[in-house]
Order: sequence, then structure tokens, then C-alpha cells
Amino acid sequence: MSKIQQINRRDFVKLFGLASSGIVLGCNISSDKKGFIPQTEGAFIPNLFVQIQKDGKIILLASRSEMGQGIRTSLASAIADELEADWNYITVKQAVGDAKYGNQNTDGSRSVRTLLLPMRKMGATVKAMLLSAAAKKWEVATTVCKAENHYVINTNNNDKVFFGDLVDEASKIPVPAEETIQLKKVEDFKYIGKTLKSVDLKDFIHGTATYGIDIRIPNMKFAAIARCPVTFGTVKKFTKNKAVKVTGVAGVFELPRLIPPTGKFFGMLGGIAVVADNTWAAFQGKKALDIEWNYGDNYSFDTEKFKEKLTKRIAKKGKLVPGGSGNVNTAFKNSKNIVEATYHVPFLLHAPMEVPNATAWFQGDSIEVWAPVQDPQTARAEIAHFFDVKLENVIVNVTFLGGGFGRKSKSDFVIEAVAISKKINAPVQVVWTREDDVQHSFYHATSAQYLKGSIDENGKVTGWLQRVGFPSIVSSFKPLSDYASGFELGMGFTNTPYKITNFRLESVKAEANLRIGWMRSVVNIQSGFGNNCFIDELAFSAQKDPVEMHLDLIGKDQISKGKSKHPYNSKRMKDVLKNTARKAGWGKKMPENHGLGVAIHYSFYSYVATIVEVSVKNERLKIENIWTTIDCGLALNKDNIINQLEGAAIFGMSIALYGKISVKEGAVAQHNFYDYRMTRMKDIPNIHVDIIDKMHEAPTGVGEPGVPVMAPAICNAIFNATGKRVRSLPISDLGLV
Amino acid sequence: MEKSLSINGKSYTVKVQEEMPLLWAIRDVVGLTGTKFGCGVSQCGACSVLVDGLLTKSCVIPVSFAFGKEIFTIEGTSANLEFLRKAWNDGNVPQCGYCQSGQLIAATSLLDSIKKPTDEDIKTAMSGNICRCGTYTRIRKAIHKAVALKNESR
Repeated sequence: MSKIQQINRRDFVKLFGLASSGIVLGCNISSDKKGFIPQTEGAFIPNLFVQIQKDGKIILLASRSEMGQGIRTSLASAIADELEADWNYITVKQAVGDAKYGNQNTDGSRSVRTLLLPMRKMGATVKAMLLSAAAKKWEVATTVCKAENHYVINTNNNDKVFFGDLVDEASKIPVPAEETIQLKKVEDFKYIGKTLKSVDLKDFIHGTATYGIDIRIPNMKFAAIARCPVTFGTVKKFTKNKAVKVTGVAGVFELPRLIPPTGKFFGMLGGIAVVADNTWAAFQGKKALDIEWNYGDNYSFDTEKFKEKLTKRIAKKGKLVPGGSGNVNTAFKNSKNIVEATYHVPFLLHAPMEVPNATAWFQGDSIEVWAPVQDPQTARAEIAHFFDVKLENVIVNVTFLGGGFGRKSKSDFVIEAVAISKKINAPVQVVWTREDDVQHSFYHATSAQYLKGSIDENGKVTGWLQRVGFPSIVSSFKPLSDYASGFELGMGFTNTPYKITNFRLESVKAEANLRIGWMRSVVNIQSGFGNNCFIDELAFSAQKDPVEMHLDLIGKDQISKGKSKHPYNSKRMKDVLKNTARKAGWGKKMPENHGLGVAIHYSFYSYVATIVEVSVKNERLKIENIWTTIDCGLALNKDNIINQLEGAAIFGMSIALYGKISVKEGAVAQHNFYDYRMTRMKDIPNIHVDIIDKMHEAPTGVGEPGVPVMAPAICNAIFNATGKRVRSLPISDLGLV
Repeated sequence: MEKSLSINGKSYTVKVQEEMPLLWAIRDVVGLTGTKFGCGVSQCGACSVLVDGLLTKSCVIPVSFAFGKEIFTIEGTSANLEFLRKAWNDGNVPQCGYCQSGQLIAATSLLDSIKKPTDEDIKTAMSGNICRCGTYTRIRKAIHKAVALKNESR
């Protein structure tokens, strides 16, 4: 973190409005290391802001998008704790997309991991200034003053003064140097590590939270877009006669595809736009269009054929991925017990409850948008790029996200709104239908894996060969990227918790014929599935208990070397597994037709172990219980973490039970929730979440790490109950659900 | 055509086509945005409202169906909805919050018809509402809690 400083009056007014007064502090925070999102050009001078008003109200600008992970509350609680603020005075305001707030890309389960410390320092700095102000007022030494629940107390005589009453004085105090700032002891935390309800809870239960789709601007129009069923297909010709006759339709026109420059941005698909007075008229107009398409090269894409193709490729030697050890061939030669298996995961869809949508107002040399985006800075830079407007003249207002899961880190729907607004010279809201969302997404890539393992006479795994193929996310930025990239393989393939003497990973070619994106926990979905299912198969073949097999493979207590701020610690991995096994009563006698399955996974620097209990009666699967343990280091907001893990269990169930996007003649075959199904109330098990609290460790990921364990734990439980292996998802293909 | 819609006890004069789904009349014409669009085909329950007390997926019901009837949305208030809100709050139920309007309306409808629903009743009543964040176990618990709060208040 670089120097914390006071904000000048001009910036202050810009940030909080003319009526505002009080102390405002900004600080530079070091940005997170470059992720796999292409970064915006230009300087990176990140800032965050805190304001205290005379009425005691404290306003925090939340730099990360709220999509259900509770980030607005988490960030606020860190400041409030160090500041000794009364939680009731905290208000959170959402920052617009601007590089001065640091990296705002809300993905990779890293907001708390990267922002907890800067936020704490921010609170502690403000507290130090309030203490100095009070000391001056009472003409005592600062050391005599202490802050407590929104007051500064004079410990000599117990006089106290309200934070709000110190604002004038405090704003004249120079910002103390960072090295003089003292942070609280972990034992003294008041909010951090406890449970705080969402600051937005009241709005959520009254229908008053404003999501992207709720934005209303005077004289705005609504728009829907018909896009080619085949990815990157174009309009050959179209007839708008019927569409323009639909009551409320104001205009119909072609939107050409916008192709992003290599390496960054997302562009937009293009198609035929229908502009209308309300959303429904736009949808009706879209239905009334007659369009002939040029389907293009992706017309021949068929997911069944692609599955066969990938399966053939993983049967043969692939490209060696660096980082292996020993010699698997020797291990296989020397073993009498060889196990082989092939696993498949289909294309998957995020399907956030709020469909992609955005409101834009193109006003010549400036553009303002209101949108549910995970990555407002990329949206902003992309708008500036495509519409030839200066970056500083583009305002991206971030609304609440009705779910994101990775879909809303792409700004294609924002670009669409701007393109239409430019064309009609009026504010417009583009709304995707659910069918649009199902058929034109950035999908989680389908994958195939071949695994071969050898076991010695003591039941020890001596060799592990894994061949994997899936279309790469990189293909969305760089066409013809036909192999999984290093960062993708680093999500559960090259960084497994397992120590195996002879280990070899190979990658096979997998071309992309759909737009590929990241979905909650990303490649960990397929790595977690393959690894955990295969270990269960190895354990069975070795006649070993699967939990014991995992513990053996994790090996002795060890902390990985290297520069990581969050070095992998094998003991923490074993501890979450042992805790889950204890809670689930692993080893107990199960009722007839019931089975237990186990899976562990290390992702986003967090350790997760899950055991699932299923029953299979009359060919019907029921998930009865899920026990999950997470070690995410310092557990910032406990009940929120439990909520996230419960949600991840349900999300993982949807993947395992129902998740499948299939493509025929280049077009997605699913339409809506009736054929892209979701876990519902009727499906739900009891979910038991444990947190192994490490208050003295740095916090690590929470939103995603609970997902990858679910599908393999369910499939292993099905095997335990029925003796049948599920190696290809989803389970609904087997008729069990 | 000008017609009158009664929503949460308040009358709104609207100019709509009769076949426009009630959802869009509420959201785009009247301007109450608490009721959400999720699927458009009665599959997810985000658009749930009560029409003369009956749970209705407003995305597939024409607005004309609601003329002369009383529409109840998340912007409204009723004894059962307030107990549910309290329970939702106590149980820290929502994540992204988007589906919760529909969940609360569906739960209100459940409590309006069954005083003390069982898990089985909840399963039946609430399976039409999708929560992609996965807050189902909390919703189930909160419905039981709302019943308890209601009984305590007597």
C-alpha cells in the first residue's frame, strides 16, 4: 500500500456529491497480480475511499461488484473494525469503473484475499486521525485517548466525544505515515471473524435493490437482439415488416458484429436489434423477425462428435505438460494393478437469475452506462475502444448483479447497449431473454480426461498419468488457441495436493467452436472431477478406504516452498478431510441403498473436503446430506462463508445432476430452465458446513472453492451405494434424476 | 387502451395491450421493479406475485387477467410477509437477492394457505422458484422461523 492521503475538495465533491462534508481518505493499494483477464492500458494508480460525515455516518466506496458473495459487507467490516466504528453508522456506496480504485475485476475469489489488509489500514488511519483530533481538543497526549464504538474516550477522566463531532478537527490533522499506523490484534477484532448481516439485506427483502435490469431513465427505450444460432454466424438478409407492426416497436436494424482486438476485450456477436417502448414489445418484435443467416464455419460443430474426437485424442500420447516427476512407464511396468478410466464433463452455463442486460446512453463525445458487470474497467476500456470516445468520458455505473458466476465478467451485453444507443440517439436498455442467455453465452468448456494409475502390493499409488483436453478460455481472446493454457492447468491439474513419485500430465488439442468463458471455480470443475473420481477408483482397486487413500496421497506434513503469500500446507488439506470424515460419520454402517462419497480440492488457496450421502432407490437418486469443511485462513464474515459454501453445494449439485449444454449443427440445443435444469427446493439435502478457523493466517478464496468437490463426491457416493461408476456428467443422462 | 391496475392497494392507470404479460406491465409500465424477470416461461418464479391472493407467475399471465383484481407484489406488505421478512433477515438468507422477491411472495402464499407447513409442504410450494445462488436450506429454515415468530407474537 502506498501513501494514504487526503482527497482534495474537487475529487471529494465528484465522489460523494456537493452536500457531502467530512473527512475523506484515499489510499493507493498495490494491485493484485495480473490475472488472466486482459488488463486495460495506461497507468494503474489504484485508490479506495472512506468518508466520515458530521452526523457520524461513515461511507465506504466498494470497489468490487456485489453478486451475492457479500463483498460490500466484508470490505466494510474490515474498515469499521479498525476504526472502532459502530456498525449501524456504516453505509456502502458502489464505485464506478475506474482504475483509480485498483483492480476491480471481481473474479478469482480474491477480493478479500487482496483487500483485507489495505481496508484495515484505511480504518486504522482514520482512527489515528480521530484520536489526534480528540487529544488536541482535550489538550492531552494521544496515548491517553482511545476509540470505542464511534466515540473517542479520554481515559484520564472518561470524557467522550462522538466521531462526527471530531470531523472538522480531524480533517485538519495531517495523514499519519503508514509505518506509524497500528493495526489491532486479532484477539481484539470486533467484526472481523464474526458474523455480520449483509448491508444490503433490507433492500433484498423489500425488492428495492437496483439491479441492472431495474435501471430506469426518462425517455429510455428497451431492446432485444436476435443473434445467429451458430456462433459468429452473420445476417444474410432479413425482413422487418412483421416486427415493425408489433405494437410498441420503434425500430429494427442490423447490428454488425464487433470483433475485439487480439488479446483483450470481448466485442459483441451482432445480429438484428429490435427497439421498443417496453421489454415485452422488444421480445415480441424479435420473435416476428424473418432472418436468413450465414452460419459460417461453426455450423458443423456437434458436441457428441466433439466428445468422440476428444476421447480419441486422450487415448493417444499428448503434449507433455512441464512439472511432472519420475517415470510413469516404469511404474506401470512394475505394477500388477493398473487402473484406467475416462471422464467427461459437458459444456456448462452460468445462468445467473438476472439475465445479461445493460442500459447505455450515448451522448456524442461521452457515454454513460449502468450495468451488472463484474469487471467495470474492462467494460469502460472496451467502450472507449469501440466507440472512439476518450476513456475519461465513459462512465460505467455498477449496479447490483443478480448473480454473476463469471458470465458478467464479459462486457458483450454492455457493448450491445452502447451500439444501439448510438444508433437511436437515446438511452436504451438491452435485455437478453433466458433463451438468449442459454444459447449465446461464454460457456464453461467441455472436457475429456484419461487417467491411468498403478498401485503396488501395499496399496500405494506408484504412477499417475493424466491426459486432458478442453477448449481454452484463451480462445475467446486469441483465436486458434487450441490447447489448455498454463493458468488453466494450474487450476487443479498441475497443483494437486497429491504427492506421487511418478506423475505425468499431458494436454491434447481441443479447438473452440463456442465462446469459452470462466464459470464459478473454472477449470477446477473438471480437474476436481477427474482427480477425485479416479482416486476413488484407485482406492477400490487397492481395497483401501477412500479417505485413507486421499490422506496417503497428500502425504506427510509439508509447507510448499516458493514466493507465494499463501504457500500450500498439506496439513491443512488433511485437517479439512479429517474433520469432514468425523462430521459425516465416515465408516459408519449405512442404511440399505445409501452410500457415502468423498472429494477434496485445493483451489483459490483454500482447502475444501466434502462428503456426500446419497440414496438410490428404484433408480432414483436423492442427495441426502452434504458435509463440507473449508479452511480459508482468516474467516472474515463467518455466516456469509457458510452461506457461500451452502450455495456452492447447490451450484455443484446442478452441475453434477443436470448441467449439459449440447450443440447440434452449430446451435445450442437447450432453451430455458425446462431443458437446462437447476437444483430446486425439491432436490435439496441437509448441508452441514464447518469452517476451520485460522485467524492468524491470511484470508483465501471463499466464493468458488466449494464447487469442484461436489460432482465427484456425489458420483463416488453413487458408486458406494450402487456399485455403478458415473464417469460422464451429467447424472441426468443416466436417468437417475 | 386505458385501464386501471390495483397493486398493493394502490390504483394505477395504465395504457397497455391486453396481452402484455402482467410482469412487464408491472415493471415497464407501472414502474415497480421489485418483481423480477428470470425466464419468461413460468419456470423460475422470479416474477411471482399474488393476484386476488393466488400465487401467479406474472411472466405468462396477460395483464388483462388482473384487471379488476388485487395484485400483491414485493413492494406490498401483509402480516405473513412481514414475519417472513423478519425470518429472512434473522437467517441472513439472500446472497445476490435477485430471486428473493419471488421466493418471499411464494412463501407468503404458502403461509396464507397452510398455517404450519412441513418440509414436504415447503418442497411442494417452493420448488417453482429457482435460486441460482443456492439459498434453499436457509429459505426452508426461514419459513419455519416465520411460523414460530408468528406464533410467538400471539
